[in-house]
Amino acid sequence: MSIQARPQKLKQSKWWELALRFGFGGLCTVIAGLVAKKFGAAAGGLFLAFPAIFPSGASLIASHEKERKHRAGMHGTHRGCQLAGVDAAGATMGCVGLGAFAVVVWQELPRHNAALVIAAASIAWAAVSFAVWWVWRKRAIVRRRK
Amino acid sequence: MQELLRFLIGGIVVSAFAALSDMLSPKSFAGLFGAAPSIALATLTLAIVHSGKAYAAVEARSMVMGAAAFCVYAACCSRVLMRGRHSALAATVALLPVWFALGFALLWLFGGRAA
Repeated sequence: MSIQARPQKLKQSKWWELALRFGFGGLCTVIAGLVAKKFGAAAGGLFLAFPAIFPSGASLIASHEKERKHRAGMHGTHRGCQLAGVDAAGATMGCVGLGAFAVVVWQELPRHNAALVIAAASIAWAAVSFAVWWVWRKRAIVRRRK
Repeated sequence: MQELLRFLIGGIVVSAFAALSDMLSPKSFAGLFGAAPSIALATLTLAIVHSGKAYAAVEARSMVMGAAAFCVYAACCSRVLMRGRHSALAATVALLPVWFALGFALLWLFGGRAA
């Protein structure tokens, strides 16, 4: 399956689901700041990679899939969980990119322009994440053919 | 006031990445955005403005350890959820101590030496 973007999928989300994500995201950002203020930058920095919206995201994926299967007359609980598991596998690969983002900022920020470093780190995140996913995908396809 | 600004910026960045993840397929690819540096983008920008680049670099150093912990946590979640026996929310919340334990263990082990 090739990569596809379907903007109409955004309509599936209910207003409270969007509010929940916004609230969680904002709250985790505030907590990261407060931890840094109270315990120092080293402890605060850990929370920059906190899986903030991961549980709510996984839950929403599972419930949307369950609803979709219900409409088709099926149960869908098992399938919903599995789809959330696939999403979690993607997040596992994305974490390699997240680490690359952090390394670029850690190593380059003291010596270079901040805006350029953040931009370079974001590109590193995207490049590393997509590369890991692409290799994983190719290997999965080869395994399936065997 | 600064906390309110943090809340708004964090909420907007996290929601933007979540929306991107929602509309992409396949799900394994969309999952990459679940580990996007959303909180980091919001927090580091504010840290650079208010506390300087050296302070933000120290935060980024710890973030490497947080990312390693997140990687293990997400892999555990994937394994548990793929079996399809537990609710997604219950499994992902129940496994959060994995992130805390590993993150703080790594910080304790390498936090002071990597500067």
